Amino acid sequence: MSAATATPTSDKTTKPADRNPRRPRRSGWWLPYALLAPAIIFELVIHVIPMFTGIWMSFLKLTKAFISNWGRAPVIGVKNYQVALDFNGAVGASLLQSFLITCGFTILVVGISWGLGMAAAVALQKKFWGQGFFRTLFLVPYALPMYAGIIAWKFMLQKDTGALNHFLYDNLGISGDKPFWLIGDNAFAAVVIVAIWRLWPFAFLMLMAGLQSIPTDVYEASAVDGAKPFRQWLSITLPMVRPVNMVLVLVMFLWTFNDFNTPFVLFGNAQPPAGDLISFHIYNASFLTWNFGSGAAMSVLLLLFLLLVTGIYLLVLNRRSKRA
Amino acid sequence: MRETTPAKVFRMVVIAVLTVFTVVPVYVMVISALKPLRDVQGAFTWWPSELTITPFIDMWKTVPLASYFVNSVIVAGAATILSLVIAVFAAYAISRYRFRGRSIFSTTVLSTQMFPGVLFLLPLFLIFVNINSAVGIQLVGTRLGLVITYLTFSLPFSIWMLSGYLDGIPRELDEAAKVDGSGPMGALFRVILPAARPGLIAVAIYSFMTSWGEVLFASVMTTESNRTLAVGLQLYSTQTNVYWNQIMAASLVVSVPVVVGFLLLQRNFVAGLTAGAVK
Repeated sequence: MSAATATPTSDKTTKPADRNPRRPRRSGWWLPYALLAPAIIFELVIHVIPMFTGIWMSFLKLTKAFISNWGRAPVIGVKNYQVALDFNGAVGASLLQSFLITCGFTILVVGISWGLGMAAAVALQKKFWGQGFFRTLFLVPYALPMYAGIIAWKFMLQKDTGALNHFLYDNLGISGDKPFWLIGDNAFAAVVIVAIWRLWPFAFLMLMAGLQSIPTDVYEASAVDGAKPFRQWLSITLPMVRPVNMVLVLVMFLWTFNDFNTPFVLFGNAQPPAGDLISFHIYNASFLTWNFGSGAAMSVLLLLFLLLVTGIYLLVLNRRSKRA
Repeated sequence: MRETTPAKVFRMVVIAVLTVFTVVPVYVMVISALKPLRDVQGAFTWWPSELTITPFIDMWKTVPLASYFVNSVIVAGAATILSLVIAVFAAYAISRYRFRGRSIFSTTVLSTQMFPGVLFLLPLFLIFVNINSAVGIQLVGTRLGLVITYLTFSLPFSIWMLSGYLDGIPRELDEAAKVDGSGPMGALFRVILPAARPGLIAVAIYSFMTSWGEVLFASVMTTESNRTLAVGLQLYSTQTNVYWNQIMAASLVVSVPVVVGFLLLQRNFVAGLTAGAVK
């Protein structure tokens, strides 16, 4: 493998040698480039080229007639962006609404998932009978293929044949008509609950690993000093899992904000406005109308937003950890 | 250390609530898979009117589940193996060498992980369609096309996680291999990779799991000939009937391999994940 892949990089890597001819190169300097060659080639094919293609697409009038022959699609400049960001127009208004719903969705899902994951990790921190069993059990929603878990929820959330309405109205005896969960405003609650169900085990998994690295004598010493469990959590556990938390919150934010599977499997073609998360929205906007130019512009806007949030997040965290 | 009563109560409440939250959907899935069709068409019941295994038999006939299963195994397997092989070399280079372009490469890899899948979906679809009309290689509706799109998420994660894992393997091992007369590649294959087995397993599990459960690309890039389970399971609903019992049976069957695999190897997964994350 390595011998075959060493050839394509060797011409690429001669460039820096020309620029810097005085310093003699150590033998084997090309080895890391050869090792990276397959990864670089694939990154170009699957990420770099599609990304620039996507940006280029967003400046085209790329409607159905041009999709199989995109060279002929007329360039319309920033028109797609203007339409997407014109919040008085139909396209812009629904994009804005979808964006706001996604923000609310992300805050709720990441916040609650983190809380549940932390609670479970703390609850399972000390050894007790059945610890291993519950640890494994709690990971099941994460281990299930995404669509399988969501389909089970979809069945549970059916109006007449679902388990949730049966439990609320037949078992608990709430009076009134059984509501729809996947249509109308309840769709928001539905998509939030399902996303939490799927995400919290990941927070649990990461936090549990983080807690394992805290030596137990720290807790013992603080207990001797009279620290109560909550105080210990605040002063020992939280600071100690900070490195894990930094990555965990960012990753959960990005996954949740980009979540497509949950609304797609849950709602299918119904697309209730209350559950119209941004990825789902862009997908439908692109493939129902086959207007790829507009869809690409929205994807680019989404990416810019994510870059902005991630940048601010990392900046603030780095500054704080420098101060600390 | 003695545990206080509030701590014990906290633990029991947390475990009870989360157990119910976790188990109920799984229970509904299992019990509905054992129900006759009339049970899932009427109001929900916590127990079937009669236990039956016919959904597990009928599900293969309602939709061509077996062929979806084969497609999923091939596509997820190929994406996993391919990204693992590529990632091993890349991670070795990143972890063991300092070279020009190293940080650009790893930043690019890391940042592509945060990009929304939709961002790549439209251009890849367009590129695939145009490759087909230009040179006649069909990618939409083939397994090859699907494997390529799956690398968009499995490859960056594999590289990132593996290089973190390799960083945790002491360099003395490399030195020892060199003393024994191995070159860099010999050191990689004879010493580093065996030591990195938990990390390799974790990466493989993760890639396979995400590819197995992938919906976004599959819903666009598949036709009848390469349809995967992720899309195929949604075909149990027809205009007149939703075969919920068969859907649940099929969901169960397609879940078992990955769930068992994951739970058996979860320790490796945690080790690999934290080594990659806490860098």
